[in-house]
Amino acid sequence: MRRIKRVSFLAPRLLLLTLLFLPLGRQADAQDWVRTGTNLGAARIRLAAADFNPGSPDVGPLKSTFDTTLFGDLSNAGIFDMVSKSLAPPLMPGSPQQINLAQWSAPPSNAAFVAFGSISTTGGRLAVYGWLFDAKNPDSPQILGKQYNEAASQENARLIAHRFADEIITRLGGGIPGIAETHIFYVSARGGNKEIWEMDYDGQGAHQVTHLGTISLSPRVSPDNDRIAFASLGRLGWAIRMYSLVLGRLVSFPSMTGNTFSPAWSSNGAKIAFSGSRTGDPEIYTADASGGGVKQITRFRGPDVSPTWNPKTNTQIAWCSGRSGLPQIYIMESDGTNVQRLTDGGYATSPAWSPSGQYIAFAWNRKYGPGAPGGQDIYIMDIASKRWTQLTHDAGRQDFPSWSPDSRHIVFQRENGGGAEIWTMLSDGTEQHRLTPGGGNSMPNWSWK
Amino acid sequence: MKILHHRHFASLIALATLTFAAGCHKKAAPPPPPPPPPATSPAPTATISVTPDTINAGGGGAVLSWKTTDATDVSIDGIGSVNTYGTQNVNPTESTTYHLVARGPGGSTDATARLTVNAAPVTQSAMENIDEQTFEQNVKPAFFDYDSYDIRPDAQTTLAQDAGYLAAHPTLKVVIGGYCDDRGSAEYNLALGENRANAAKQALVNGGIAPDRIRTVSYGKEKQFCTENNEACWQQNRRAGFSLDK
Repeated sequence: MRRIKRVSFLAPRLLLLTLLFLPLGRQADAQDWVRTGTNLGAARIRLAAADFNPGSPDVGPLKSTFDTTLFGDLSNAGIFDMVSKSLAPPLMPGSPQQINLAQWSAPPSNAAFVAFGSISTTGGRLAVYGWLFDAKNPDSPQILGKQYNEAASQENARLIAHRFADEIITRLGGGIPGIAETHIFYVSARGGNKEIWEMDYDGQGAHQVTHLGTISLSPRVSPDNDRIAFASLGRLGWAIRMYSLVLGRLVSFPSMTGNTFSPAWSSNGAKIAFSGSRTGDPEIYTADASGGGVKQITRFRGPDVSPTWNPKTNTQIAWCSGRSGLPQIYIMESDGTNVQRLTDGGYATSPAWSPSGQYIAFAWNRKYGPGAPGGQDIYIMDIASKRWTQLTHDAGRQDFPSWSPDSRHIVFQRENGGGAEIWTMLSDGTEQHRLTPGGGNSMPNWSWK
Repeated sequence: MKILHHRHFASLIALATLTFAAGCHKKAAPPPPPPPPPATSPAPTATISVTPDTINAGGGGAVLSWKTTDATDVSIDGIGSVNTYGTQNVNPTESTTYHLVARGPGGSTDATARLTVNAAPVTQSAMENIDEQTFEQNVKPAFFDYDSYDIRPDAQTTLAQDAGYLAAHPTLKVVIGGYCDDRGSAEYNLALGENRANAAKQALVNGGIAPDRIRTVSYGKEKQFCTENNEACWQQNRRAGFSLDK
């Protein structure tokens, strides 16, 4: 997709640019259908986020955190063309009376919308007043007017910024809720053992959740955010365990005999699918969220692992099977019928079904074989048409994609020489950046809300 | 006695009949003496006991002893025909009721004795003491091709040797770990390691080792035996490996 530049005197150069872009046309077309299906949309909205007006003398550190977080959340959203701080007017309007919209809608800012407000601390409380104004509608500009009040802390400065950002994103982004308050659960080896950790969607606030002193993998948070299912290596082998985020401890979950791993929740929280080796050969099973009602749904020779539910219908499951040799992605009804193969070769693993039900993201090395070169990258496939596109192209091994609840983002694991780290990107492969600081971080799972 | 009178009376009738018969016809041979009344045999008696009456399985057993009178045919269920009196050592693995039947001319009778057998507790001293190093020298891992859990010919040979060692040391229990090289995906490798461990277990079972001596667990790519980025190291990591199960 080509953006028409405002400078118009460069016709010959524009022609040259056009010729250069032609070979990429196919790639760009591939991105268009991904953009549409993942709520990224064709056009971005030009938004300015002003630094907030300090309403009390000692609010500096909290204001700095708030301003940075708000700007970051709006930039991360994937639907805004943010006015950079260097192009924005160096002003901090603290209320509707203080803002002059013409300064924001004129070049070089050219903002269509402006977010602004005031922030202050009084008596240990942090108070924020925020507005979202339509810069092209000076007669009746107000879209949002919000106020927040929490105990004064860095964490709450971030929290209020996340909340305000989500209000703006939801209002301007077609009603799809923003993800600024979501979390990512993942595996970290930072403490020596692989344990389950949690961080905010932007990498802040990372902290350890489990302290089991063994190897724990494949965290999957429940749809209501109150439990994490994961696989842990106990004395007798792998078992799926449950951690209650409400109670702050493990809660009991009856484990089927044999090793069980790679759990996956249905989007209504009623069922869990997983891989189990009760028969000696790992197969996909489903069970109630309480662990009862276990049903075996695949009967294929070879490894069957990594199930993921269609979250729109909860009647289909995609999974990874080695039944024909190198692992491939398949889908089936949740009772095991109507098996269809999605990938046509290579080494394909770690399917993740998109929130809309339309796509599967997965890890694919299309040239895989002993001694064959080539990396493993994140791909998206449209299930109905089987059309796919490659999202990452860098060296190294990518794996374990996980969708954000707004479909606009994918978090994944990247290994490039050193250990694995967790990265995030938009669902069209752009704006990739790293979330974890080092020490070995992998298998991310984005919360449902 | 009533019976005696009847018998005398019967004899008199018989005598009278014979005399009369003799008088009517020619002179007959002297009448044979009347058959002697059948001798009255006492009914047999029998007693049987087992000492002690409670034992532990796998211990020294107990002593069964019995005595009968007026019996000609004595048998004990589960043992067979025995003398009319005697003793026998018994050491069954479970609780047993010894049922003796004694038959004689005077009738038959029976007697029982009950031996209670308690299961023996598993004691470490009953298990063989092999140290981990000796074990590893004798029970070698089986190696696999890339993305495969088929048993190659070289692995078949190794596993046959492993089965032989385990057969020779029947109290040993093993854990088979399935391992993968680090190039693949963590979850898929957990499953592939599971298939590898089970393929090795199946080979041992086919070689005569009882399946309840073998446990399997997959380590996927979580435990590596070497870390170089070359096929030699990757091959080392693609294995089913054995260790002693506690």
